[in-house]
Amino acid sequence: MSTLKVGDVLPTKTYKINRASLIAYANASGDQNPIHQDEAFAKSVGLENVIAHGMYTMGLVGQYISNVAGSSSKVAEFSTRFTKPVVVPADVDVELHVSATVVEVSETSARLEVTALCNDVKVLGMTKAVIVI
Amino acid sequence: MLNPDLVGRTFEGVTSTTISAESIAAFALALGEPETTLAPPTFAITISLEQSQSLLEGSGLDWNRVVHGDQKFVINKQLTPGMVITCNSTIESARVVAGNEIVTVRSDLLESGNVAVISWSTLVFRA
Repeated sequence: MSTLKVGDVLPTKTYKINRASLIAYANASGDQNPIHQDEAFAKSVGLENVIAHGMYTMGLVGQYISNVAGSSSKVAEFSTRFTKPVVVPADVDVELHVSATVVEVSETSARLEVTALCNDVKVLGMTKAVIVI
Repeated sequence: MLNPDLVGRTFEGVTSTTISAESIAAFALALGEPETTLAPPTFAITISLEQSQSLLEGSGLDWNRVVHGDQKFVINKQLTPGMVITCNSTIESARVVAGNEIVTVRSDLLESGNVAVISWSTLVFRA
């Protein structure tokens, strides 16, 4: 990993979210809530459509942070607020755009603030991570 | 509504989970990371959320009404295959806002009595 400096804006990465990836995450995580898979059920409880697991979106951001850190083993803290649902219509790849800014650097760690956007809307808020450097 | 007497109480996990290489690999693959046995930073949720669900459902909250509000992890030691984890859950706070019940559960994932990962989940039970 190159040296991180306060104020660095790290390159944006794009992750694709679709119905198949939600099913894969449901199976791997054990969270089989039907609002993440079943359109009729999601609509019956007042949602616009199927929505992604918040933890799936956070998990993708976790991959971004792990990549910045050089390894998932270097992620020491990671937090977020789930501000807007990621709506996933059938047969569509929804793009999640993730970027980060370095806000603090010490001898041993760096603190990042992360932005996660779908269709120009922030889907996560106050997303922060501490990585070991 | 959650019994206010439960706030601040810790519920010790009675069962332990042995982390398998397969479970980490499947979780990582679902996040787009193939062929790894290093747990992604959010992997602890596969242990903590199930315990929180059983605790809060057992306390009378309706899991069908739940939305994830906030999530935080502090990772002291990365989870790896073969680790035997017990999970203690503490209801740190519970409040009602506009009829929605907002509960924060802290989950301590322990290996041999040492805290490997702490997970805080703030869950919103919609009115």
